[in-house]
Amino acid sequence: MGSYLIRRLLIGIPVLIGVTLINFLIINLAPGSPADLYLTPTSTSADVARVEAELGLDQPIFVQYFHWLTRLFHGDLGVSFQNRAPVTELIGERLGPTLLLMGTSLVIAYLVAIPIGILAARKKNSATDYSVVGASFLGISVPHFFLGLVLIYVFALELGWLPTGNMITLGRGGGFADRVNHLILPVAVLATATAANMTRYVRSSMIDAFGQDYIRTAKAKGLGRSVITSKHALRNALIPVVTVIGVDLSALIGGAIVTEQIFQWPGIGLLTIQSIGARDYAVLMGINLIAAIAVFGANLLTDIAYAVVDPRVTYA
Amino acid sequence: MSSRKYDWIGTLGTIWATAISHLPWRIRLSTTPELLQVRNLKTEFSTDQGAVTAVDEVSFSLAPGETLCLVGESGSGKSVTALSIMGLLADNGRVAGGSIRFEDQDLATLPERRLRAIRGNSIAMIFQEPMTSLNPVLTIGDQLSETMILHLGLTKAQARERVIELLTKVGIPRAAEVVDDYPHRLSGGMRQRAMIAMALSCGPKLIVADEPTTALDVTIQAQILKLIRDLSAETGTAMILITHDLGVVAEMADRVAVMYAGQVVEQADVFTLFDEPKHPYTTALMRSIPHLAGPAGERLTAISGSVPSLAQMPTGCRFHDRCPQAMDRCRDDRPELLQLNGSPDHTVRCWLYDVPVAKVLP
Repeated sequence: MGSYLIRRLLIGIPVLIGVTLINFLIINLAPGSPADLYLTPTSTSADVARVEAELGLDQPIFVQYFHWLTRLFHGDLGVSFQNRAPVTELIGERLGPTLLLMGTSLVIAYLVAIPIGILAARKKNSATDYSVVGASFLGISVPHFFLGLVLIYVFALELGWLPTGNMITLGRGGGFADRVNHLILPVAVLATATAANMTRYVRSSMIDAFGQDYIRTAKAKGLGRSVITSKHALRNALIPVVTVIGVDLSALIGGAIVTEQIFQWPGIGLLTIQSIGARDYAVLMGINLIAAIAVFGANLLTDIAYAVVDPRVTYA
Repeated sequence: MSSRKYDWIGTLGTIWATAISHLPWRIRLSTTPELLQVRNLKTEFSTDQGAVTAVDEVSFSLAPGETLCLVGESGSGKSVTALSIMGLLADNGRVAGGSIRFEDQDLATLPERRLRAIRGNSIAMIFQEPMTSLNPVLTIGDQLSETMILHLGLTKAQARERVIELLTKVGIPRAAEVVDDYPHRLSGGMRQRAMIAMALSCGPKLIVADEPTTALDVTIQAQILKLIRDLSAETGTAMILITHDLGVVAEMADRVAVMYAGQVVEQADVFTLFDEPKHPYTTALMRSIPHLAGPAGERLTAISGSVPSLAQMPTGCRFHDRCPQAMDRCRDDRPELLQLNGSPDHTVRCWLYDVPVAKVLP
C-alpha cells in the first residue's frame, strides 16, 4: 500500500504539470488581454504595449508558461494582474469558505441520499420507490442557477426567513447561527444534485446486492432484515458507490462556481468568475491548479477507500 | 376341537395384517414420528404472463436422520421445493397451497419472525454455488459465528472457538488462520466445506442441500459428498439432497423422489427405485446414464423432447408427449400419485399402474 501511494503521487506530478500547460494554452486562446483592464478612453496602443511589457505578456506564450512553472516550484503562484496581491494569499483567504460550503453539502447530501437509497431499494417498485426515483431525477435535472434563484425568491424574498447571499451579515460580526443561516440556501442547492445522483447509485447498488446469493445465505441463517441490510448488503453496495464520491467531488467544484456566484459566497468559485471577467490569468492558473490537485486527491482517496471497503482489493 | 375353538384368533390376525398393509399411507405415517411432512405443496410465481405454478401437488415426508434425494432435470421444481420449505422464495414467489409440517409447525403459514428462529437453527441449507454464497466482504469466522451468536446465544469469543472446531471438522487445514480469511482466499471446495460447517453450526435436525457439488470439479465432488454423508450420519441429521445426478442418488439416498415438471412422479426407497423403476420417466432417466460395466461404445438413450415450460403445461399427464408408453387417457386425464400394490412405500404417478387394487393417495 505504501509503495503504491508513493508511485501514485509520483505519477501525479507530470499529470498536474500537463493540466496546467493545457489550462495555460486555453486561457491564452481566449480573446482580450489583462492589459484591457488598465485601458482608459485616452490610452494609446503604446500605453497598452507598456502595460503588457510590465506584466510580462509581451513574451512568447511558452516563455511565459516556463516562467510561471519555475515560480511554481518555488511555491510562488505569482501576483494578481488585477490588484497586485499574491495569488496564494487571494486563494488562501477564499479556500476556507469554499471548503465549508462543499464539505457541508457533501456530508448532508450523503446523509440524506444513503438512507433514502436503501429505503427505495428495500421497497423496490413500490410507490415509495417510484417517488424517490422521480424526485432524484428532478434533482439531477434542475440546474444549479435555477434552483438557487427559486430558493432565493421563496425563502429570502417572499418569506424573508433566510438571507439572499453572502457568508455573514455585514456589520454584525457573524456568529455561528448567522453563518448557519447563510449556509442553508447554497448548501441546499449544491446538496440537491449530489444527493439526487447518489440516491440513484445507492438504490441500484443495493438492489443489486439484495439479489446476490450471499443475501440468500444470510436469510437462510435466520438473520433479520435490518442485519441483512446493514451488514450484508450495504457493505457490498458501498463498493461501487465509493467510486462516485470521487466523481461527485469534481462535480461539486464545478457546481460551487455557479452557486457561489448566485449567493455571493466569498469562496474560490466567486473568485473564479471575478478573475475570468478581469482576464486575471495569474489567479485563474492558481485556481486551476488547486482544482486539479483536488480532483487528483479525490481520485486517490477513492482508490484507497476501495481497499478499505473491499478485502479483495489490495495494492502492491 | 380345541384348535378349532381358537381359529378366530388367527383369522383376526390375518385381517389385522391385511388391514395394516392396505391402510392409506397417511395413516401409516402417523404411527412413526415424521420430522418433515410436505403435503400437496403448490408454489406459484407471479410473472408478466400471470401466475405460473412451478411446483404442484408435491408430497413427501422425511423421518429423523433419513436422507431423501429429490432428483430431476433442470426446471423440474427441485430447487423451488427446497426454497419453499426454507421460506426463501424470491419476492414474486409464494406457497399457494398445501402444508409443510416440520415437527409440530406448518412452515407454509408460519409468520416470518417464527420462521427466522427455525432457519439456520433447526433447518439449515447448503447452496449450489459456493463461490457466490459467501459474503465477499466478511471474514469466514464472522459469517460462521453470526449464526451461533444469533441462535445459540454464544459470545463472540465462544463462537470463534466453535468456528475453528467446525472448520477443522469439515477438513479445512489451518482452520485457526482461515477463520480470519475472506472467502476469496479459499477455493470452491474449501468454500463449500465452510458452507457445510455453517449449516452444521447450530446442530440442525434437517439440512437442505441444493446440488451441493454441482459447481465443484469431479474429484472434489466425491470428497464433499463423503463429508456430507459422514457428518449427517454422525450427527443424526436428516437431509433433503437435491441433485440431477443419479450416481449421487445411489451413493447418498435412503429414499428418492423423482420430480418432473413440478410434480413428484415416483417415490421409493433407493434400492426399489434402482431395481424396479416404474414410471416411464424414471426408466428413461436410468437408461440415459452410462454404465461402467456396459459394452464399450454403448449408445445412451436420450429422452426426446424437453421439459415443458411452466406457462404451458400439457394437459393430462405432464410427461405424455415425451413418453414412449403414452396411452390415450394420458393426454386428457391427470394421473394421481398411486400406491403400488405390495410395496407400500413405492408410489408412482402413472396410468400404467392404475389397477383396481392400487390406492389413490389423498
